[in-house]
Amino acid sequence: MADHDHTEPPSDTALRVKALESLLLEKGLVEADTLDAIIQLYEHNVGPQNGAKVVARAWSDPDYKARLLADATPAIAELGYGGVQGEDMVVVENTSDVHNLLVCTLCSCYPWPVLGLPPVWYKAAPYRARAVSEPRAVLKEFGVEIREGVEVRVWDSTAELRYMVLPERPAGTEGLGEDELAALVTRDSMIGVALVEST
Amino acid sequence: MNGIHDLGGMHGMGPVNPETDEPVFHADWERRVFALMMAIPGSVYNIDEFRHTIERMEAAEYLSTSYYEHWLHCLEVLMIEKGQFERAELEAAWSNAASAANGSA
Repeated sequence: MADHDHTEPPSDTALRVKALESLLLEKGLVEADTLDAIIQLYEHNVGPQNGAKVVARAWSDPDYKARLLADATPAIAELGYGGVQGEDMVVVENTSDVHNLLVCTLCSCYPWPVLGLPPVWYKAAPYRARAVSEPRAVLKEFGVEIREGVEVRVWDSTAELRYMVLPERPAGTEGLGEDELAALVTRDSMIGVALVEST
Repeated sequence: MNGIHDLGGMHGMGPVNPETDEPVFHADWERRVFALMMAIPGSVYNIDEFRHTIERMEAAEYLSTSYYEHWLHCLEVLMIEKGQFERAELEAAWSNAASAANGSA
């Protein structure tokens, strides 16, 4: 495929990105202010703290949980979250009988509005290759032992559809309010590679 | 399309190796590539074209480059294919960026 009449791209990736950015700015395809606003939004405002609030609400309000499991996209929008990479959401519930795990074997589809941008391991070959063929071994590497008899369900995201795990509420959290519950919920627990601990 | 991106079930990929306290971006250029991809108007290309351009990457290159390097490759290829700029203009931008970097060194 390589065309040897062409100059090869610089080996310094940062330089290559600078060149592309300058060209796109020059062509008027992007604007500098927009770029800065996008970075601010995804680096600081969108992240797993959003999904944690959805989980805490579901643990606290059975009617909300029912709506979330029946049709997740509008239920998540009730808390103000939605948009790019979260247009069609499905929430899968962990119970004493079922443990859910999310992956995108083909690329790196991930529910941005509730979890933010995905970690490197989620996008890299080992997790994508192995989550579907040996999920229990992968979970063990994350320190999660799933009991015999508990079914492990692996959800492979599609181009449009995104999943989020509703983790099991840990014992001993009966007296906690939504904010305190949300503080216990980690990104990994909403991907399914961790359990939520009570402390 | 069956291709190297279709990783589900593939053997020999090694351990998952999650990173502790991982930052959202690992380098400033990752921030810039992410923002460029998001900022280019949807009328220029759609998400399926974006994904397909990554899926067309040469297999060895796909496996040996990172997620945001895939995005960079994709934007370069797709913008040329969509007629937004010529390959020669991109090469000129590479050489300008290199000169600017050398000048400030």
